[in-house]
Amino acid sequence: MREARIAPLGLQDPAPPITVRLGAIGVLVFLTFCLLILRLWQLQGVEGENFRALSENNRLRLKRTPPLRGVIYDRRMRVMVDNRPAFNVVLMPEDVRDVPTTLSTLAGYLRDPTLLNTSTLPSDLRRLPYQGVVLAQDVTRDALVAIEAHQVELPGVSIEVGSKRMYPADGFAAHLFGYVGQVSPRELERFPHYRLGDILGKFGVEKRWETSLRGQGGGQQIEVDANGQRLRVLGEEEAKAGDSLVLTIDADVQRAAESALQGKEGAIVALDVNTGEVLAMASRPAFDPNLFSRGIRANEWHALMDDPLRPLNNRAIQGQYPPGSTFKVIMAAAALEKGVVTPATRFHCSGGLQFGGHRFRCWRRSGHGSLNLQQAIAHSCDVYFYQVGQRLGIQNIADYARLFGMGKPLGVGLDHEASGLIPDAAWKSKFLKAPWLPGETLSVVIGQGYVTATPLQMAVVAATVANGGTVYRPHVVKQAIGVRGEVTKDYVPEVITTTKIRAEVLQLVRDGMRDVVNSSTGTGKKAKLSDFVVAGKTGTSQVISGTRGKGKNMARQYRDHAWFIAFAPYDVPEIAVACIIEHAGAGGGQVAAPAVREVLDAYFKITRGEQRQLSDVR
Amino acid sequence: MFDRRLLVHFDWLLFALVFALLGVGIMGVCSATFGGQSRFSPLAIRQISWAGLGLFAMIVAFAVDYRKIERLSYFFYGITVVLLLLVPFLGSFGGGARRWIDLGAFSLQPSELAKISSLLILAQYFHLVTPPQGYHLRALIYPGIFIAIPFGLVLAEPNFGTATIIGLVAMTLVFAAGIRLGSLASLGAAAGGLLPLLWYHMKPYQKQRILSFLHPDSDPLGTGYHMIQSKITIGSGRLWGKGFLQGTQNRLDFLPEKHTDFIFAVLAEEWGFIGVCILFLLYGALLGRLLFVAGKARDRFGSFVVLGGAAIIFWQVLINVGMNIGIFPVVGVPLPFLSYGGSSLLTVMLAMGLALNVSTRRFLF
Repeated sequence: MREARIAPLGLQDPAPPITVRLGAIGVLVFLTFCLLILRLWQLQGVEGENFRALSENNRLRLKRTPPLRGVIYDRRMRVMVDNRPAFNVVLMPEDVRDVPTTLSTLAGYLRDPTLLNTSTLPSDLRRLPYQGVVLAQDVTRDALVAIEAHQVELPGVSIEVGSKRMYPADGFAAHLFGYVGQVSPRELERFPHYRLGDILGKFGVEKRWETSLRGQGGGQQIEVDANGQRLRVLGEEEAKAGDSLVLTIDADVQRAAESALQGKEGAIVALDVNTGEVLAMASRPAFDPNLFSRGIRANEWHALMDDPLRPLNNRAIQGQYPPGSTFKVIMAAAALEKGVVTPATRFHCSGGLQFGGHRFRCWRRSGHGSLNLQQAIAHSCDVYFYQVGQRLGIQNIADYARLFGMGKPLGVGLDHEASGLIPDAAWKSKFLKAPWLPGETLSVVIGQGYVTATPLQMAVVAATVANGGTVYRPHVVKQAIGVRGEVTKDYVPEVITTTKIRAEVLQLVRDGMRDVVNSSTGTGKKAKLSDFVVAGKTGTSQVISGTRGKGKNMARQYRDHAWFIAFAPYDVPEIAVACIIEHAGAGGGQVAAPAVREVLDAYFKITRGEQRQLSDVR
Repeated sequence: MFDRRLLVHFDWLLFALVFALLGVGIMGVCSATFGGQSRFSPLAIRQISWAGLGLFAMIVAFAVDYRKIERLSYFFYGITVVLLLLVPFLGSFGGGARRWIDLGAFSLQPSELAKISSLLILAQYFHLVTPPQGYHLRALIYPGIFIAIPFGLVLAEPNFGTATIIGLVAMTLVFAAGIRLGSLASLGAAAGGLLPLLWYHMKPYQKQRILSFLHPDSDPLGTGYHMIQSKITIGSGRLWGKGFLQGTQNRLDFLPEKHTDFIFAVLAEEWGFIGVCILFLLYGALLGRLLFVAGKARDRFGSFVVLGGAAIIFWQVLINVGMNIGIFPVVGVPLPFLSYGGSSLLTVMLAMGLALNVSTRRFLF
């Protein structure tokens, strides 16, 4: 820039020397505009008549074909959620001269006027012109034949083959699979590449894996005559089917879990302790996802929404309950790891403990006498854990609970996963604006008070104790596979954290849990299997404080929840299970333990089928 | 503070042309978003308020002495670069790219502002640095860097259309500044050499647009269909058009962006060849006036600012109309004054305010 001359600001230049090139620019602009106008004359003048004819008959149309949605399999490749062809009646309002007459004629052939969905009729402004309106979905073969035969009386009405999502009966794994439905106006704003009438996942796996399952739509550019009948296909793009999903659940284990919950309200989660794969995730009461894929009617929707038992809730991940005595599993590990007790430390239980002017009772009013930690787990002695809790303090209790994955969502990959709550002094002063009281520590240590957990979290606790301290992220999808069966995505086990608790500590906790099921005086004997050693922990969580709601004649909403968490086999653990039964009115050992036993039994039937038959013969 | 001479020498012709084009734009948005019932769709009403805001922005850009604005060019440029850098973090998604920064009541596209600030900084540079023998390649290193930063950031958003406009406006200014023809040729060769690199970095949807421009049959459902429908729409307007709000084709689902990128087709259908010629007359008169003002400005900064405003309008008209009539591939460039959208309207109104500023003050000092 040596030759550059710097003009000071504010001083006028001698003359702006750019005028020469401005003239050239002007000429270029003029010539360009002339070219554009020439082209426009070609389009509007020379070819205008031709284009006018094309536009008047609207002869070019796009006919879209929705992609085939991916199938959902269980871990042994058994089809769980599938598609089947469905015949839909579609109306092209632009081709109909008299809509009401056509509709009443159509209603006659359908025989059931309620099948006609007139809510999305031409008056709907969101509809784009020349986009067909689905009047009736999944019509019967009789109606189909009638409409095809009377095509002449029904101009603008056509039958299109669509596909309908098919879910297993009885709401099998309904909360896990979720459901699909037509895209709503609000969803259209968020996902601009969807169009009115498209199907998308609304809940569960269907929603979270929407992008994998959906595939890519195709269509045809067609030329039609004045009556909307197709003349020829000008261009075509094939739809690409979506990926299929292989879930981690095993249909047999899932079925056992659901039948164990039959007629009750509650949830069961089963995990592979070495990977975090969810083997079963059951929540009852359930709903029928087929209602949604057909297009749910208002009264059906209100029935589901107004049901006080909330069948749409996935209790396995949305339900938050006080964990009760199942929490003692973590407390025992924390106590040993922190050294506040040793395996030999004994406390005396006289049926209660005086603390801060208040008597904290043991569930067994007559007391357990003198016992060590392993026995305290086996008998679920509250007084022993009151002693542990006093020595640990609330901060240690909270830290260890969080170490096991409690107090925040585990990231299972499904919507609405609850966090549960692990209280400590900081939490209480922040949310309740009050200092922590020492007596509250005693409630927390037996899983009462402010503590809550989801069944999924308690299953992870059991799995973590079983596998020696690794907290795996629970997950429900094993693989995504493409149309030709190739694996497009592999979901490998993911470690959230390792507890780094000493091996002998967890061994003692496992021994205590084995005694819960196998000792003659354990609280969870009903979970015992004849051929595999089961280890577990019972829990009975109070809904209202003070009274133990055991009586069957008590109002339902005040009755206790029954918990049972377990893993098996004791020596080389493979599966962990957590079960909650809401308002059971009986202890976890009475109601929840037998349910877990059924799940474990189903699991070993699959994995050790032949071996077990032999042992049965013996 | 207000100088009465500003009113006496006010460039009413320029103002009237801008006002007329704004009116055509509102009419076009009304047609394109016409729902069949009320004459003004919500989008049309929004566009009217954008036009009001644009007029206000124009008055502001007119009122401040442009020599003050020149001194602030670096400041505007710096703010724009910071905003562009923030887009990946604060930006909200729209059409597959992060371009908008949400400001609560409305959202802003920093890439649009980048057009104005790069124009200002180039005008200032060409004002201050005037080599007597004309600019050769070495003298263009600084302007090159000034432009490369916003150009690259906008391209990375990705916003191919706006980046193209920034590049073309810069080239126009360089050409007008008197670059030597030999240097111009080497610049052209360098740009040609970069094309394959650009292609390599394009997003799949951008490549698809180019491909379907070259082979309309390759994408019968997407861009190819849009291009055919756009031509049908324009052609069916014939000589006199179908009349205001009488367009049938524009109601077709031929493009999701008919009120933005394809508003020209909507207008051409309703007003025909005659209407389109009048529109080109308006644009032509505006560009002619701007070139005249650029020649008459009192200093080089003023000339370049006005010329830059003209360049923004010219290139956007050319690319947008070219895309509508099927001689250019589909690139998201709005039609100045006409396409729906606040940020792009604000940009051209700011540019016109600066032009009014230069035009009026040529009598003042």
